[in-house]
Amino acid sequence: MPWFEHGDLKLEVDEDGFIQDPSVWNEDVAKALATTEDVNDMTEDHWKLVNYLRNYYLEFGIAPMIRKLCKETGYPLKKIYELFPSGPAKGACKVAGLPKPTGCV
Amino acid sequence: MAEKLPKPEQLAEDIKYSPPPKDWMDPKTEFKKGTFNYSAVPSALDYLDLPNPGKWQPHDEEWPLPDNWQETVLEGMRDRLKKYRSFQVFMDICVRCGACADKCHYFIGSGDPKNMPVLRAELLRSIYRRDFTTIGKILGPLAGGRKLTVEVLKEWFFYFYQCTECRRCSVFCPYGIDTAEITMMARELMNLIGISIDWICTPAANCFRTGNHLGIQPHGFKDSVDFAVGDLEDITGIKVDVPINEKGHEILFVVPSADYFADPHYYGFLGYLALFHEIGLDYTMSSFASEGGNFGLFHSADMMKRLNAKIYAEAKRLGVKWILGGECGHMWRVLHQYMDTMNGPADFLEEPVSPITKTKFENAKSTKMVHICEFTADLIKNNKLKLDPRRNDHRVVTFHDSCNPSRAMGLLDEPRYIIEKVSNNFFEMPENTIREQTFCCGSGAGLGTDENLEMRLRGGLPRANAVKFVHDKYGVNMLACICAIDKATLPPLLEYWVPECGVCGVHELVGNALLMKGEKERDTDYRGEPMILGKKAEAETEVAQKEAKDAG
Repeated sequence: MPWFEHGDLKLEVDEDGFIQDPSVWNEDVAKALATTEDVNDMTEDHWKLVNYLRNYYLEFGIAPMIRKLCKETGYPLKKIYELFPSGPAKGACKVAGLPKPTGCV
Repeated sequence: MAEKLPKPEQLAEDIKYSPPPKDWMDPKTEFKKGTFNYSAVPSALDYLDLPNPGKWQPHDEEWPLPDNWQETVLEGMRDRLKKYRSFQVFMDICVRCGACADKCHYFIGSGDPKNMPVLRAELLRSIYRRDFTTIGKILGPLAGGRKLTVEVLKEWFFYFYQCTECRRCSVFCPYGIDTAEITMMARELMNLIGISIDWICTPAANCFRTGNHLGIQPHGFKDSVDFAVGDLEDITGIKVDVPINEKGHEILFVVPSADYFADPHYYGFLGYLALFHEIGLDYTMSSFASEGGNFGLFHSADMMKRLNAKIYAEAKRLGVKWILGGECGHMWRVLHQYMDTMNGPADFLEEPVSPITKTKFENAKSTKMVHICEFTADLIKNNKLKLDPRRNDHRVVTFHDSCNPSRAMGLLDEPRYIIEKVSNNFFEMPENTIREQTFCCGSGAGLGTDENLEMRLRGGLPRANAVKFVHDKYGVNMLACICAIDKATLPPLLEYWVPECGVCGVHELVGNALLMKGEKERDTDYRGEPMILGKKAEAETEVAQKEAKDAG
């Protein structure tokens, strides 16, 4: 498994840069992971998305469906792509420290 | 990853069909980024009690193989030759006529001769020949035999995970050799020594743990269903009831998990819920059988059986009469061709009869499980639904036959019948790209990963090319399909090759066209996009608006 290093942080990640141990996540980890997604400044909008994903994950053990994410944050999908260019699953979920979804998705 | 891809025109131009200089028997394989899938992670193999979990990637020089790996693979081959008569026949019978050669979407999209079905099979056959036939034992390479080496194993991994088990080639084989079954055997042999891919083993492990490939737990399942119910109420003004894990209902409804998670699958899910409400269907869903799909099919016969067992078990526990299944591709190969003999007979269920039309589904007499398209087509045929096809007038539709419902269960006419009743603009793609001859999405059988994107775009080129044809000719802007893998993987494929065309499930179109009793006035579809009714309707609306304005 590869490692992701940023400043003092050193985290085990998968081939696509998703952290392997979701419990090590904190805001500094999110900021560091965001740099791999071309997000160098985590704005309030970024945090709103990331925190929603994080809280949903802590409650349900998985990311919410995209439709729900859009509806409950009030951000249309286009806006989410503006915030995280690789999109909700690959960009926002990675920064929120969630594992990659698998299956017919 | 997308930014590293060549432009579509360049990728298409670079496909060369002239054979490479090296001999086919040379197994040396280049693991180029974008053309292979990541290895199975140890935690998934551990969870499934599978052997030899290791941390490695296909492009690593060293693979963590057990010392006796060749012996294990050859022993596995011997067992399977005994167990499966078809495997023995397929190893012996090919006369290399070449009818299959240009039928594979991966060959068409890559130009790599080892993606010709005949040569793909030969990668396995050459080992069979050397170790299991007299002439091969004596003459070795002169008789087309090869020794099983690490290089051959790597070549197997590369090419047997570049086959989507779509079975298009088998339609053209004069002997009916089923390359999908050869790929299934090769994958089983590799599994014996822990060589597999993450996109298959992690969903399988998830399915074992939580009941579905995505790893959604029961409370998450309920949350998603509740959200869909609320969303549908916002759109239609009608609150539907979706029973979960309730005993005493007539029908168990099973869908692929992406239907209640991913986009655009979800809109078809809304379509099912609206339909069931409208006809007053007595059904329940289940958080245990919360996956109709079966990535075990892409792994091994044993895994497929283990994952499939929950469907009959849950039908029995809940005491339903029969089972209805949603839009999913490979799910139907498992349900239609294997479930009855693997985990049946389900003699505790009844022969399926539509409670609305009283139609007996004779074809499901044995499995007791009916495809949603058969069910809906029957409702329409018997005039049980009020439909306004004009509500899909903003869609110019074509239909992609998913490999398994078409070639594994012959479900060819029902989806078309439905589409013709719920939309006004339906155009077929060329006949050698639909029905039994349909081209794969390029991402089935566990290959729909991000890391494999270039290969998927290559493999999906023939399908995309046919979509482009009807887009250019008829203005097609929506590709309807009935498979969850299609719904996940056709959107990026079309975004690359035919960006003007979207993807939807057949029951999304049904839902949009369905006139529900007491529904509120609607001007947008399930996606929130404006519905533009036919020109006549538009003119009528304009007149009415003008009159209202004048009067007001």
